[in-house]
Amino acid sequence: MEKGKRSVDKKAYYASKMRKAAQLLFYRRHSTPGAKGWELRRRIGSDYPKVINLLNDYLARIGLTVKTVFEEANPPENPTIEQYDKARFYVTLRDDLTVEETKLVGWRIDDLAALCASIAYIISRGGKAPRKEIEDLLKAKIPDWRVEIDLNRFIRLGYMVEDENGQIYLGWRTRAEVDQKKLIDLLLETEAKT
Amino acid sequence: MSSASGGRRKELKEAREDLHRIIEACKSVEIKGLDPYLIDVEDLIRTIRDYFPMWNDAEDLCLDTEALNSIASVVRMQGEWVKRRATALYRDPFLIEEKIRGLPVDKMAEIFLKVWRPIIELEQLTIKGFREALKYWSDLPPLNLRWQKVGYAKTDMGFVTMEEMVKEGVLSSESFMAEVEKMWLELKNLASKYGRVKYWDFIGSDTYEETVRRAYLTSFLLTYGYARLQVHLLENEIFIMPNEEPLNKGGDEVISFPIPISFEEWERWKKGKEA
Repeated sequence: MEKGKRSVDKKAYYASKMRKAAQLLFYRRHSTPGAKGWELRRRIGSDYPKVINLLNDYLARIGLTVKTVFEEANPPENPTIEQYDKARFYVTLRDDLTVEETKLVGWRIDDLAALCASIAYIISRGGKAPRKEIEDLLKAKIPDWRVEIDLNRFIRLGYMVEDENGQIYLGWRTRAEVDQKKLIDLLLETEAKT
Repeated sequence: MSSASGGRRKELKEAREDLHRIIEACKSVEIKGLDPYLIDVEDLIRTIRDYFPMWNDAEDLCLDTEALNSIASVVRMQGEWVKRRATALYRDPFLIEEKIRGLPVDKMAEIFLKVWRPIIELEQLTIKGFREALKYWSDLPPLNLRWQKVGYAKTDMGFVTMEEMVKEGVLSSESFMAEVEKMWLELKNLASKYGRVKYWDFIGSDTYEETVRRAYLTSFLLTYGYARLQVHLLENEIFIMPNEEPLNKGGDEVISFPIPISFEEWERWKKGKEA
Protein backbone atom coordinates (compact mmCIF):
# COMPACT_ATOMS: atom_id res chain seq x y z
CA MET A 1 0.00 0.00 0.00
CA GLU A 2 2.82 2.32 1.05
CA LYS A 3 4.78 1.32 -2.05
CA GLY A 4 1.78 2.11 -4.29
CA LYS A 5 1.42 5.57 -2.74
CA ARG A 6 5.13 6.31 -3.28
CA SER A 7 4.82 5.38 -6.94
CA VAL A 8 1.79 7.67 -7.38
CA ASP A 9 3.69 10.51 -5.66
CA LYS A 10 6.66 10.00 -7.96
CA LYS A 11 4.40 9.99 -11.00
CA ALA A 12 2.71 13.21 -9.89
CA TYR A 13 6.12 14.74 -9.17
CA TYR A 14 7.43 14.05 -12.68
CA ALA A 15 4.11 14.98 -14.33
CA SER A 16 4.29 18.40 -12.71
CA LYS A 17 7.93 18.83 -13.77
CA MET A 18 7.09 17.79 -17.34
CA ARG A 19 4.35 20.41 -17.46
CA LYS A 20 6.83 23.06 -16.35
CA ALA A 21 9.43 21.89 -18.87
CA ALA A 22 6.86 21.92 -21.69
CA GLN A 23 5.91 25.52 -20.86
CA LEU A 24 9.56 26.56 -20.82
CA LEU A 25 10.28 24.93 -24.16
CA PHE A 26 7.14 25.93 -26.03
CA TYR A 27 6.74 29.56 -24.98
CA ARG A 28 9.29 32.08 -26.20
CA ARG A 29 10.66 34.27 -23.43
CA HIS A 30 13.81 35.65 -25.08
CA SER A 31 14.83 36.56 -28.62
CA THR A 32 15.38 32.85 -29.33
CA PRO A 33 12.86 30.09 -28.56
CA GLY A 34 13.53 27.09 -26.33
CA ALA A 35 15.48 27.13 -23.09
CA LYS A 36 19.06 26.78 -21.95
CA GLY A 37 20.03 23.85 -19.74
CA TRP A 38 20.87 26.09 -16.77
CA GLU A 39 17.45 27.72 -17.13
CA LEU A 40 15.76 24.30 -16.96
CA ARG A 41 17.92 23.36 -13.98
CA ARG A 42 16.84 26.53 -12.16
CA ARG A 43 13.13 25.99 -12.78
CA ILE A 44 12.88 22.19 -12.73
CA GLY A 45 15.80 20.99 -10.65
CA SER A 46 19.03 19.09 -11.17
CA ASP A 47 17.22 16.04 -12.61
CA TYR A 48 16.08 18.07 -15.62
CA PRO A 49 17.80 15.76 -18.19
CA LYS A 50 15.54 12.94 -16.93
CA VAL A 51 12.46 15.18 -17.11
CA ILE A 52 13.40 16.17 -20.68
CA ASN A 53 13.70 12.49 -21.64
CA LEU A 54 10.25 11.80 -20.21
CA LEU A 55 8.82 14.81 -22.04
CA ASN A 56 10.50 13.63 -25.22
CA ASP A 57 8.79 10.21 -24.94
CA TYR A 58 5.48 11.95 -24.36
CA LEU A 59 5.88 14.33 -27.32
CA ALA A 60 6.86 11.44 -29.62
CA ARG A 61 3.22 10.34 -29.59
CA ILE A 62 2.21 13.56 -31.35
CA GLY A 63 5.15 13.70 -33.77
CA LEU A 64 7.36 16.10 -31.83
CA THR A 65 10.76 15.76 -30.20
CA VAL A 66 13.04 17.69 -27.88
CA LYS A 67 16.17 18.69 -29.77
CA THR A 68 19.34 19.42 -27.78
CA VAL A 69 21.84 21.73 -29.44
CA PHE A 70 25.23 21.68 -27.74
CA GLU A 71 27.66 24.57 -27.81
CA GLU A 72 30.34 22.36 -29.34
CA ALA A 73 30.42 22.08 -33.14
CA ASN A 74 30.56 18.27 -32.82
CA PRO A 75 27.86 17.11 -30.38
CA PRO A 76 29.42 15.08 -27.51
CA GLU A 77 28.60 11.36 -27.37
CA ASN A 78 28.16 11.24 -23.60
CA PRO A 79 27.43 14.82 -22.58
CA THR A 80 28.45 15.96 -19.10
CA ILE A 81 26.03 17.93 -16.94
CA GLU A 82 28.08 21.09 -17.68
CA GLN A 83 27.62 20.51 -21.40
CA TYR A 84 23.87 20.02 -20.85
CA ASP A 85 23.73 23.24 -18.82
CA LYS A 86 25.26 25.20 -21.69
CA ALA A 87 23.16 23.49 -24.39
CA ARG A 88 19.86 24.88 -25.70
CA PHE A 89 16.75 22.74 -25.82
CA TYR A 90 14.01 23.16 -28.43
CA VAL A 91 10.87 21.31 -29.44
CA THR A 92 10.94 20.40 -33.13
CA LEU A 93 9.03 18.13 -35.50
CA ARG A 94 10.10 14.51 -35.21
CA ASP A 95 9.41 13.36 -38.77
CA ASP A 96 9.86 14.64 -42.34
CA LEU A 97 7.40 17.15 -43.71
CA THR A 98 5.81 16.52 -47.10
CA VAL A 99 5.70 19.20 -49.78
CA GLU A 100 1.95 19.65 -49.14
CA GLU A 101 2.56 20.09 -45.42
CA THR A 102 5.05 22.95 -45.94
CA LYS A 103 2.07 25.20 -46.73
CA LEU A 104 0.77 24.45 -43.25
CA VAL A 105 3.99 25.79 -41.71
CA GLY A 106 3.88 28.92 -43.88
CA TRP A 107 6.65 28.26 -46.42
CA ARG A 108 6.55 28.47 -50.22
CA ILE A 109 8.38 25.74 -52.06
CA ASP A 110 10.73 28.18 -53.86
CA ASP A 111 11.61 29.89 -50.56
CA LEU A 112 12.49 26.52 -49.08
CA ALA A 113 14.64 25.69 -52.10
CA ALA A 114 16.41 29.05 -51.74
CA LEU A 115 17.03 28.37 -48.05
CA CYS A 116 18.36 24.90 -48.86
CA ALA A 117 20.68 26.24 -51.59
CA SER A 118 21.99 29.04 -49.35
CA ILE A 119 22.69 26.71 -46.42
CA ALA A 120 24.37 24.10 -48.62
CA TYR A 121 26.49 26.78 -50.28
CA ILE A 122 27.64 28.21 -46.94
CA ILE A 123 28.49 24.72 -45.66
CA SER A 124 30.49 24.04 -48.82
CA ARG A 125 32.46 27.26 -48.22
CA GLY A 126 33.45 26.18 -44.73
CA GLY A 127 30.75 28.00 -42.77
CA LYS A 128 30.77 31.47 -44.32
CA ALA A 129 30.27 33.02 -47.75
CA PRO A 130 30.02 36.57 -49.13
CA ARG A 131 26.41 37.77 -49.48
CA LYS A 132 27.10 38.73 -53.10
CA GLU A 133 28.03 35.14 -54.02
CA ILE A 134 24.86 33.74 -52.40
CA GLU A 135 22.76 36.36 -54.17
CA ASP A 136 24.31 35.44 -57.53
CA LEU A 137 23.65 31.77 -56.85
CA LEU A 138 19.97 32.38 -56.00
CA LYS A 139 19.41 34.81 -58.88
CA ALA A 140 20.02 31.97 -61.33
CA LYS A 141 16.64 30.47 -60.34
CA ILE A 142 14.68 33.08 -58.41
CA PRO A 143 13.66 36.60 -59.54
CA ASP A 144 16.10 39.31 -58.40
CA TRP A 145 13.53 41.14 -56.28
CA ARG A 146 12.75 37.97 -54.36
CA VAL A 147 16.39 37.10 -53.62
CA GLU A 148 16.90 40.06 -51.29
CA ILE A 149 13.58 39.49 -49.52
CA ASP A 150 14.45 35.82 -49.04
CA LEU A 151 17.97 36.44 -47.73
CA ASN A 152 16.77 39.12 -45.32
CA ARG A 153 14.05 36.77 -44.10
CA PHE A 154 16.54 33.92 -43.53
CA ILE A 155 18.74 36.31 -41.53
CA ARG A 156 15.79 37.68 -39.53
CA LEU A 157 14.61 34.18 -38.63
CA GLY A 158 18.08 33.16 -37.44
CA TYR A 159 18.97 30.70 -40.21
CA MET A 160 21.88 32.96 -41.10
CA VAL A 161 23.90 35.82 -39.65
CA GLU A 162 25.51 38.64 -41.62
CA ASP A 163 28.56 40.56 -40.41
CA GLU A 164 29.64 44.10 -41.22
CA ASN A 165 31.85 42.85 -44.10
CA GLY A 166 28.90 41.31 -45.91
CA GLN A 167 29.92 37.75 -44.95
CA ILE A 168 27.05 35.38 -44.21
CA TYR A 169 27.38 32.60 -41.62
CA LEU A 170 25.01 29.83 -40.52
CA GLY A 171 22.79 30.95 -37.65
CA TRP A 172 21.44 29.34 -34.48
CA ARG A 173 18.24 28.19 -36.18
CA THR A 174 20.11 26.22 -38.84
CA ARG A 175 22.03 24.44 -36.09
CA ALA A 176 18.76 23.63 -34.32
CA GLU A 177 16.60 22.63 -37.27
CA VAL A 178 18.82 21.30 -40.05
CA ASP A 179 20.83 18.09 -40.18
CA GLN A 180 23.71 19.60 -42.12
CA LYS A 181 25.63 16.40 -42.77
CA LYS A 182 22.56 14.62 -44.08
CA LEU A 183 21.74 17.62 -46.29
CA ILE A 184 25.13 17.48 -48.03
CA ASP A 185 24.96 13.69 -48.37
CA LEU A 186 21.47 13.88 -49.91
CA LEU A 187 22.53 16.61 -52.31
CA LEU A 188 25.46 14.58 -53.55
CA GLU A 189 23.41 11.38 -53.77
CA THR A 190 20.62 13.06 -55.69
CA GLU A 191 23.01 14.40 -58.25
CA ALA A 192 24.58 10.98 -58.64
CA LYS A 193 21.16 9.54 -59.52
CA THR A 194 20.26 12.23 -62.09
CA MET B 1 75.39 62.60 -50.10
CA SER B 2 71.97 63.81 -51.19
CA SER B 3 71.76 61.09 -53.86
CA ALA B 4 72.50 58.48 -51.14
CA SER B 5 69.73 59.80 -48.91
CA GLY B 6 67.41 60.03 -51.90
CA GLY B 7 68.14 56.36 -52.71
CA ARG B 8 67.43 55.37 -49.13
CA ARG B 9 64.13 57.26 -49.18
CA LYS B 10 63.16 55.38 -52.33
CA GLU B 11 64.10 52.06 -50.73
CA LEU B 12 62.02 52.91 -47.67
CA LYS B 13 59.03 53.86 -49.82
CA GLU B 14 59.23 50.59 -51.76
CA ALA B 15 59.60 48.57 -48.57
CA ARG B 16 56.50 50.23 -47.07
CA GLU B 17 54.55 49.52 -50.23
CA ASP B 18 55.61 45.89 -50.04
CA LEU B 19 54.36 45.63 -46.45
CA HIS B 20 51.04 47.20 -47.48
CA ARG B 21 50.77 44.65 -50.29
CA ILE B 22 51.44 41.80 -47.83
CA ILE B 23 48.70 43.10 -45.51
CA GLU B 24 46.23 43.48 -48.38
CA ALA B 25 46.96 39.98 -49.73
CA CYS B 26 46.41 38.41 -46.31
CA LYS B 27 43.21 40.38 -45.77
CA SER B 28 41.79 39.43 -49.16
CA VAL B 29 42.30 35.74 -48.35
CA GLU B 30 40.26 36.23 -45.18
CA ILE B 31 37.52 38.38 -46.71
CA LYS B 32 37.06 36.43 -49.94
CA GLY B 33 37.39 33.06 -48.24
CA LEU B 34 40.22 32.00 -50.59
CA ASP B 35 42.46 29.01 -50.01
CA PRO B 36 44.93 30.29 -47.35
CA TYR B 37 47.64 28.04 -48.79
CA LEU B 38 47.78 30.41 -51.78
CA ILE B 39 49.94 32.60 -49.53
CA ASP B 40 53.59 31.62 -49.28
CA VAL B 41 54.03 32.38 -45.59
CA GLU B 42 57.76 31.63 -45.49
CA ASP B 43 58.48 33.99 -48.37
CA LEU B 44 56.50 36.80 -46.74
CA ILE B 45 58.25 36.33 -43.40
CA ARG B 46 61.61 36.43 -45.16
CA THR B 47 60.63 39.74 -46.80
CA ILE B 48 59.51 41.23 -43.48
CA ARG B 49 62.76 40.08 -41.83
CA ASP B 50 64.86 41.65 -44.61
CA TYR B 51 63.10 44.98 -44.24
CA PHE B 52 63.17 45.01 -40.44
CA PRO B 53 66.63 46.70 -39.99
CA MET B 54 65.41 49.63 -42.12
CA TRP B 55 62.68 50.69 -39.69
CA ASN B 56 63.40 53.54 -37.28
CA ASP B 57 60.06 55.32 -37.01
CA ALA B 58 57.35 54.06 -34.70
CA GLU B 59 54.93 54.25 -37.64
CA ASP B 60 57.06 51.86 -39.70
CA LEU B 61 57.40 49.49 -36.76
CA CYS B 62 53.61 49.48 -36.42
CA LEU B 63 53.29 48.65 -40.10
CA ASP B 64 55.79 45.83 -39.62
CA THR B 65 53.72 44.49 -36.70
CA GLU B 66 50.51 44.75 -38.68
CA ALA B 67 52.07 42.76 -41.53
CA LEU B 68 53.24 40.08 -39.10
CA ASN B 69 49.78 40.00 -37.53
CA SER B 70 48.16 39.51 -40.96
CA ILE B 71 50.50 36.61 -41.66
CA ALA B 72 49.61 35.12 -38.28
CA SER B 73 45.93 35.29 -39.32
CA VAL B 74 46.74 33.41 -42.51
CA VAL B 75 48.58 30.72 -40.50
CA ARG B 76 45.52 30.41 -38.26
CA MET B 77 43.29 30.09 -41.34
CA GLN B 78 45.59 27.41 -42.73
CA GLY B 79 45.12 25.45 -39.50
CA GLU B 80 41.34 25.82 -39.71
CA TRP B 81 41.41 24.84 -43.38
CA VAL B 82 43.18 21.58 -42.56
CA LYS B 83 40.79 20.92 -39.67
CA ARG B 84 37.75 21.54 -41.88
CA ARG B 85 39.04 19.21 -44.58
CA ALA B 86 39.41 16.53 -41.93
CA THR B 87 35.78 16.78 -40.74
CA ALA B 88 32.96 14.54 -41.86
CA LEU B 89 31.12 17.57 -43.28
CA TYR B 90 33.83 18.42 -45.77
CA ARG B 91 33.02 17.93 -49.43
CA ASP B 92 34.57 19.60 -52.44
CA PRO B 93 32.91 23.06 -52.55
CA PHE B 94 32.89 23.16 -56.34
CA LEU B 95 31.15 19.80 -56.51
CA ILE B 96 28.43 21.00 -54.14
CA GLU B 97 28.05 24.29 -56.00
CA GLU B 98 27.61 22.40 -59.27
CA LYS B 99 24.93 20.27 -57.68
CA ILE B 100 23.10 23.28 -56.21
CA ARG B 101 23.11 24.98 -59.60
CA GLY B 102 22.01 21.83 -61.43
CA LEU B 103 19.05 20.76 -59.26
CA PRO B 104 15.51 21.99 -60.03
CA VAL B 105 13.75 24.04 -57.36
CA ASP B 106 11.21 21.35 -56.39
CA LYS B 107 13.91 18.67 -56.03
CA MET B 108 15.95 21.01 -53.86
CA ALA B 109 12.93 21.69 -51.62
CA GLU B 110 12.22 17.97 -51.41
CA ILE B 111 15.78 17.28 -50.19
CA PHE B 112 15.51 20.04 -47.64
CA LEU B 113 12.28 18.65 -46.24
CA LYS B 114 14.13 15.43 -45.40
CA VAL B 115 16.63 17.23 -43.17
CA TRP B 116 14.52 20.06 -41.80
CA ARG B 117 12.75 19.83 -38.43
CA PRO B 118 11.25 23.27 -37.74
CA ILE B 119 11.06 24.47 -34.14
CA ILE B 120 7.60 24.48 -32.58
CA GLU B 121 6.58 27.55 -30.60
CA LEU B 122 3.37 28.68 -28.98
CA GLU B 123 1.92 32.13 -28.65
CA GLN B 124 -1.15 31.92 -26.55
CA LEU B 125 -2.87 34.05 -23.97
CA THR B 126 -4.14 32.05 -21.01
CA ILE B 127 -7.12 33.09 -18.92
CA LYS B 128 -4.80 33.38 -15.91
CA GLY B 129 -2.41 35.65 -17.81
CA PHE B 130 -5.34 37.69 -19.09
CA ARG B 131 -6.72 38.12 -15.57
CA GLU B 132 -3.33 39.25 -14.24
CA ALA B 133 -2.89 41.69 -17.13
CA LEU B 134 -6.35 43.11 -16.51
CA LYS B 135 -5.58 43.59 -12.81
CA TYR B 136 -2.27 45.26 -13.67
CA TRP B 137 -4.08 47.58 -16.09
CA SER B 138 -6.72 48.59 -13.60
CA ASP B 139 -4.05 49.25 -10.91
CA LEU B 140 -1.84 51.23 -13.30
CA PRO B 141 -2.05 54.99 -12.60
CA PRO B 142 -2.44 57.30 -15.64
CA LEU B 143 0.77 58.51 -17.32
CA ASN B 144 0.51 62.09 -16.07
CA LEU B 145 0.52 60.81 -12.47
CA ARG B 146 3.36 58.34 -13.02
CA TRP B 147 5.58 60.86 -14.73
CA GLN B 148 5.16 63.26 -11.86
CA LYS B 149 6.50 60.62 -9.51
CA VAL B 150 9.50 59.41 -11.48
CA GLY B 151 11.14 62.79 -12.16
CA TYR B 152 14.71 62.74 -10.89
CA ALA B 153 17.62 65.10 -10.77
CA LYS B 154 21.13 64.09 -11.70
CA THR B 155 23.63 65.01 -9.00
CA ASP B 156 27.40 64.88 -8.81
CA MET B 157 29.10 61.86 -7.32
CA GLY B 158 29.95 62.21 -3.67
CA PHE B 159 30.69 60.35 -0.46
CA VAL B 160 28.22 58.76 1.85
CA THR B 161 28.83 57.96 5.49
CA MET B 162 27.58 54.92 7.34
CA GLU B 163 25.33 57.13 9.45
CA GLU B 164 23.68 58.48 6.30
CA MET B 165 23.16 54.96 4.97
CA VAL B 166 21.52 54.00 8.25
CA LYS B 167 19.35 57.13 8.08
CA GLU B 168 18.25 56.29 4.53
CA GLY B 169 17.32 52.79 5.67
CA VAL B 170 19.89 51.08 3.43
CA LEU B 171 21.66 49.64 6.47
CA SER B 172 20.53 48.93 9.98
CA SER B 173 22.75 50.42 12.67
CA GLU B 174 23.19 47.61 15.20
CA SER B 175 23.89 44.78 12.85
CA PHE B 176 26.40 46.43 10.56
CA MET B 177 29.38 44.19 11.42
CA ALA B 178 27.05 41.21 11.53
CA GLU B 179 25.96 42.05 7.98
CA VAL B 180 29.58 42.39 6.84
CA GLU B 181 30.41 39.00 8.36
CA LYS B 182 27.32 37.47 6.76
CA MET B 183 28.54 38.73 3.39
CA TRP B 184 31.98 37.29 4.12
CA LEU B 185 30.50 33.83 4.79
CA GLU B 186 28.41 34.11 1.63
CA LEU B 187 31.51 35.05 -0.36
CA LYS B 188 33.50 32.15 1.11
CA ASN B 189 30.69 29.81 0.17
CA LEU B 190 30.42 31.12 -3.40
CA ALA B 191 34.17 31.09 -3.92
CA SER B 192 34.64 27.61 -2.47
CA LYS B 193 34.93 26.06 -5.94
CA TYR B 194 37.18 28.48 -7.85
CA GLY B 195 38.58 30.58 -5.02
CA ARG B 196 37.11 33.75 -6.51
CA VAL B 197 33.85 35.23 -7.80
CA LYS B 198 33.20 37.93 -10.38
CA TYR B 199 32.65 41.19 -8.50
CA TRP B 200 29.38 41.99 -10.27
CA ASP B 201 28.06 38.45 -9.81
CA PHE B 202 28.70 38.86 -6.08
CA ILE B 203 27.16 42.28 -5.53
CA GLY B 204 24.50 42.04 -8.26
CA SER B 205 20.95 41.52 -7.12
CA ASP B 206 17.42 41.63 -8.53
CA THR B 207 16.96 45.26 -7.60
CA TYR B 208 19.30 48.18 -8.03
CA GLU B 209 18.82 49.23 -4.39
CA GLU B 210 19.92 45.83 -3.11
CA THR B 211 22.91 45.88 -5.47
CA VAL B 212 24.04 49.23 -4.05
CA ARG B 213 23.60 47.90 -0.52
CA ARG B 214 25.72 44.84 -1.31
CA ALA B 215 28.39 46.95 -3.04
CA TYR B 216 28.57 49.18 0.03
CA LEU B 217 28.96 46.23 2.40
CA THR B 218 31.51 44.66 0.04
CA SER B 219 33.64 47.79 0.22
CA PHE B 220 33.90 47.16 3.99
CA LEU B 221 34.78 43.50 3.39
CA LEU B 222 37.78 44.77 1.43
CA THR B 223 38.68 47.64 3.74
CA TYR B 224 38.63 45.43 6.84
CA GLY B 225 40.68 42.70 5.16
CA TYR B 226 37.95 40.07 4.88
CA ALA B 227 38.54 39.84 1.14
CA ARG B 228 40.73 41.15 -1.64
CA LEU B 229 40.22 42.21 -5.24
CA GLN B 230 41.84 40.83 -8.36
CA VAL B 231 41.62 43.31 -11.24
CA HIS B 232 42.18 42.19 -14.84
CA LEU B 233 42.40 45.49 -16.66
CA LEU B 234 42.81 44.03 -20.15
CA GLU B 235 39.78 41.75 -19.87
CA ASN B 236 37.88 44.44 -17.94
CA GLU B 237 37.09 41.89 -15.23
CA ILE B 238 37.16 42.30 -11.47
CA PHE B 239 37.14 39.29 -9.16
CA ILE B 240 36.70 39.19 -5.43
CA MET B 241 38.48 36.58 -3.31
CA PRO B 242 37.69 35.86 0.34
CA ASN B 243 40.48 35.68 2.94
CA GLU B 244 40.35 32.73 5.32
CA GLU B 245 40.77 35.14 8.26
CA PRO B 246 40.47 38.94 8.24
CA LEU B 247 43.93 40.32 7.44
CA ASN B 248 45.42 43.15 9.39
CA LYS B 249 46.61 45.66 6.81
CA GLY B 250 48.50 47.76 9.32
CA GLY B 251 51.86 47.80 7.54
CA ASP B 252 50.60 47.54 3.98
CA GLU B 253 50.05 50.43 1.65
CA VAL B 254 46.31 50.91 1.24
CA ILE B 255 45.06 51.91 -2.16
CA SER B 256 41.65 53.14 -3.14
CA PHE B 257 40.01 51.48 -6.15
CA PRO B 258 36.71 53.09 -7.17
CA ILE B 259 34.15 50.87 -8.90
CA PRO B 260 31.13 52.73 -10.32
CA ILE B 261 27.79 51.08 -9.48
CA SER B 262 25.65 53.01 -11.95
CA PHE B 263 22.10 52.09 -12.81
CA GLU B 264 23.14 51.52 -16.47
CA GLU B 265 25.94 49.15 -15.40
CA TRP B 266 23.49 47.23 -13.19
CA GLU B 267 21.01 46.96 -16.10
CA ARG B 268 23.78 45.65 -18.39
CA TRP B 269 24.78 43.04 -15.79
CA LYS B 270 21.16 42.00 -15.27
CA LYS B 271 20.52 41.62 -19.00
CA GLY B 272 23.72 39.56 -19.37
CA LYS B 273 22.64 37.34 -16.51
CA GLU B 274 19.18 36.78 -17.96
CA ALA B 275 20.46 36.05 -21.47
